[in-house]
Amino acid sequence: MSTTAPATLSAAEQSAAARRSSAKPGRSIRIKIKRCDGPGKPSRWETFKVVTERGSNIISCLQQIAANPVTIDGQKTTPVVWDSGCLEEVCGACTMVINGKARQSCSCLIDEYAPNEGDEITLEPMSKFPVVRDLWVDRSRVFHNLKRVKAWVPIDGTYNQGAGPRESPEQQETRYVLSTCMSCGCCLEACPQFNQEPDPAAWDTAFLGAHAISQARLFNMHETGKRLKGERLEALAGPGGVNECGNAQNCVKVCPKKIPLTESIAAMGRAVTIHSVTRFFSR
Amino acid sequence: MVTIGATDRRVIVVGGGLAGLAASVRIAEAGVPVDLFSMVPVKRSHSVCAQGGINACNEVSRQQGYSEYEHFDETIYGGDFLADQHPVLEMANWAPRIIDLLDRMGVPFNRTAEGFRDLRLFGGSLFKRTHFAGATTGQQLIYALDEQVRRYEAEGKVTKYEFWEFLWPVIEEGRCVGIVAQDMRTMQIRSFRGDAVVMATGGNGLVFGKSTQSVICTGGAAARCFRAGVWYGNPEMIQVHPTAIPGADKTRLMSESARGEGGRVWVPRKPGDPRKGSQIPENERYYFLEERYPDYKNLVPRDIATREIFSVCVDDGMGVHGENQVYLDLTHLPASTHHKLEGILEIYKKFVGDDPQHEPMKIFPSVHYSMGGLWTTFTKGRYNPAEPRPKHKSGSAAPIGSEVGLGMAPGEMNNMVTNVPGLYAFGEVNFAYHGANRLGANALLSCIFDGLFCGLSVVNWVKDGTPKTKPAATVHQNAYDAVVRQEEQKVARLLSTAKPGGSGAVETNPYAIGKELGDEMTKACTVVREGKRLEQALGKIAELKDRYQRLSLHDSATWTNQSLSYTRSVGDMLIMAEALLRGAHVRNESRGAHYRKDFTSRNDEQFMKSTVAKYDPSSDSVSIELMSIDASLIAPTARTYGKTDDSAKKPAAKPAVATV
Ligand SMILES: Cc1cc2nc3c(=O)[nH]c(=O)nc-3n(C[C@H](O)[C@H](O)[C@H](O)COP(=O)(O)OP(=O)(O)OC[C@H]3O[C@@H](n4cnc5c(N)ncnc54)[C@H](O)[C@@H]3O)c2cc1C
Ligand code: SF4
Ligand code: SF4
Ligand code: FES
Repeated sequence: MSTTAPATLSAAEQSAAARRSSAKPGRSIRIKIKRCDGPGKPSRWETFKVVTERGSNIISCLQQIAANPVTIDGQKTTPVVWDSGCLEEVCGACTMVINGKARQSCSCLIDEYAPNEGDEITLEPMSKFPVVRDLWVDRSRVFHNLKRVKAWVPIDGTYNQGAGPRESPEQQETRYVLSTCMSCGCCLEACPQFNQEPDPAAWDTAFLGAHAISQARLFNMHETGKRLKGERLEALAGPGGVNECGNAQNCVKVCPKKIPLTESIAAMGRAVTIHSVTRFFSR
Repeated sequence: MVTIGATDRRVIVVGGGLAGLAASVRIAEAGVPVDLFSMVPVKRSHSVCAQGGINACNEVSRQQGYSEYEHFDETIYGGDFLADQHPVLEMANWAPRIIDLLDRMGVPFNRTAEGFRDLRLFGGSLFKRTHFAGATTGQQLIYALDEQVRRYEAEGKVTKYEFWEFLWPVIEEGRCVGIVAQDMRTMQIRSFRGDAVVMATGGNGLVFGKSTQSVICTGGAAARCFRAGVWYGNPEMIQVHPTAIPGADKTRLMSESARGEGGRVWVPRKPGDPRKGSQIPENERYYFLEERYPDYKNLVPRDIATREIFSVCVDDGMGVHGENQVYLDLTHLPASTHHKLEGILEIYKKFVGDDPQHEPMKIFPSVHYSMGGLWTTFTKGRYNPAEPRPKHKSGSAAPIGSEVGLGMAPGEMNNMVTNVPGLYAFGEVNFAYHGANRLGANALLSCIFDGLFCGLSVVNWVKDGTPKTKPAATVHQNAYDAVVRQEEQKVARLLSTAKPGGSGAVETNPYAIGKELGDEMTKACTVVREGKRLEQALGKIAELKDRYQRLSLHDSATWTNQSLSYTRSVGDMLIMAEALLRGAHVRNESRGAHYRKDFTSRNDEQFMKSTVAKYDPSSDSVSIELMSIDASLIAPTARTYGKTDDSAKKPAAKPAVATV
């Protein structure tokens, strides 16, 4: 690993790199975890001592804890439950609140977060979704909201019908970025308008969230996807739609995929207005 | 569209990666309801990890002399003549249609200035034939299929069971009639009826501890089918990818597209050179792949690149800074190319901290993909030459066209079915297509091809096969209850061993057993293999199996018990590992990814055959049978990729300092 950060890294990346290069493998750090045995059960905090190695991340720490579930005070406990998949920040599964901020735990490197012997990192489940157990939350609503905005291209079927519509590289670039949304829920955790809603019956009228609004934009941009534009805009105009966004812009700051969420929200806001006006006059 | 009469006939798809999603779309479209099971929300399946792209002949390459036939030929040659040939032909012929379909589904494939789909170069081909969406192609493809499935879900044609773990197939009167699965949250175990079951459960990288695969890729589901009597083909064929970043929890892939876009692999000519890569002048760099393979250069197939990197580090002691690593250098490429590779460059930046635009990346081979899988069969198509043809000359006219049905007969009920009727295997868990080595960007293709092409076979089995007269709905409930009981008993046994605070002793710690298994398999059964060492590893497996019988579970919870699920899969991985080792031990030759130090050449006479593993529950043992393959289309030739002897240029080797 290099000791000096190249100039092309951003300021944040440079300071992270500096912290990393000062961190020594083999030190022990503390991981403090908010635990809960299941829905309706009380929460409690437990702290574990973990020994780092080169490249340690939150996942490797949780793996260590699973193999030896004993707290720092010697209390015997159970392995911590958490959700994960790809371990390379592309599936969105491992999202949790780390030191107060929602992010993916797999890309959270210990050398950056706890560079010194004895440093502590706090882990909590996301607060906008019901806890299943420990750090694992139920994010079905994130996927449900994709159904509300019909986030798909309505193709005729899978028979061979030749290529799809041609597309400029500029439009592809825009769509590609929007299409990297991994339904992780960071934008929802950060949003003051998106609140926990345990009752699935209420999901259809509660706020959609930035990710779903942005997906509506993605599919409205596609030649064939446009066929459902009207239905998407109806959903966005209805209860829980784009008008409920308070424009706090928290979402865009936390999106790990750097998706221009506020741009999407603004674009959909305008489209909904035009759609409503047109509909009013065509009545 | 044909819709079947009885609405109570259903298909179960286990796995929601590319293969499972493509199958669900195809089967639901044909009017048969689908129950889709996955351990993770399908959108988070391992397929999201795929980076580089998906292969298909295309109009540009076609005008340069490429053809579907050449894609077929490359795949057979790349797989070192181990794959059954007819299915590969059909897959290559379908590839352009699959790209078109994905395009229609809205996949944001990269575009040329004029708005056509852009292409990149990939290993094992001299033509640009790989379609891509940035460097996160798998993510983009799975999202497109996930969206189509969500559409069918909204219409009530697909029912998703996410966070459900497949435990066992229900096999009654010699055919598969359903599954038993467990809800990973409530821990409820129950059976599901299905007139056909499609296994699309992906690879088994975790058998090796660290791999480029996702955390759920234990191969547990395949191992359970194997234990229930399903054959497993070519278990020893494991792909070790040449370029990955080592990590504490997993290894992270640096896609072949990095080399496809011009990335170069090298080591300093002076072993142990302490300078940073960027400070080493051009004439002191040893571009060993380019020197040894002037035709394919950095784009030789994976098994070859892996062995060269391994040998440069381990045998020649020339690894960067004396460690097991070589440079993968992109620093000379223009910003526009870096942009196309952003997805993977970000991964490197994030996890290593250096910027690959300015500093060559340090990489080493890692377990990546399983060519082996559940054994499957098929019905040959119409192209049946009197004699196998010689290897196709690259760029020459194709001997045949690319019509549907030349390779495999469309819709035949047995396409990609296992030895158990009604039980199909699609995607990475299927042993077909890739032989002894998979070419880069052919996996995504085989997954989607299985789902779309063989999905129809599943529909036909349900409509016209045994379920026509005897639907699963009429099978006696006892058949299902017995399997539920069997699985409940296994769980009860594991729970009865649970100890708060876990097993103090390494001896009986399931996590330690899993780790030791991974370490042993990585040492004994990856890049270089040897009969004696494989035997030693079999001894280790026996020890681990014994310890597994005495382990202590780390959690007694009856709600969302992840330890239970992991520990159960360790038991499965031990059996899978045994099949791998036995396959590798029987195959006394070197072919593709399987390199035997004690049998360094390929032996077609004895071993141009599939190793088929079978499990005997009474003795808890694995036996291997050699089974003939369909090699009736292309005659085998030596697989050299035009290697030259560069020993003259190679600096004198120092004794190996690297440790594995
Ligand atoms: C880092 C990386 C990069 C790659 N890049 C490329 C590339 O560029 N091009 C290419 O062609 N190939 C690539 N590959 C290979 C390719 O990604 C995989 O082979 C392919 O995605 C496998 O898809 P699948 O549908 O077979 O399985 P997966 O995507 O692995 O899905 C398996 C599914 O099965 C489910 N499952 C597993 N076990 C159970 C169980 N017990 N019960 C219930 N459900 C279960 C899972 O939940 C999941 O939904 C890459 C692989 C890796 C690791
Ligand atoms: S801009 Fe809207 S969606 Fe984003 S955080 Fe603010 S309120 Fe939520
Ligand atoms: S928009 Fe960004 S933060 Fe929100 S779910 Fe998608 S990837 Fe996550
Ligand atoms: S595990 Fe996939 S994003 Fe972290």
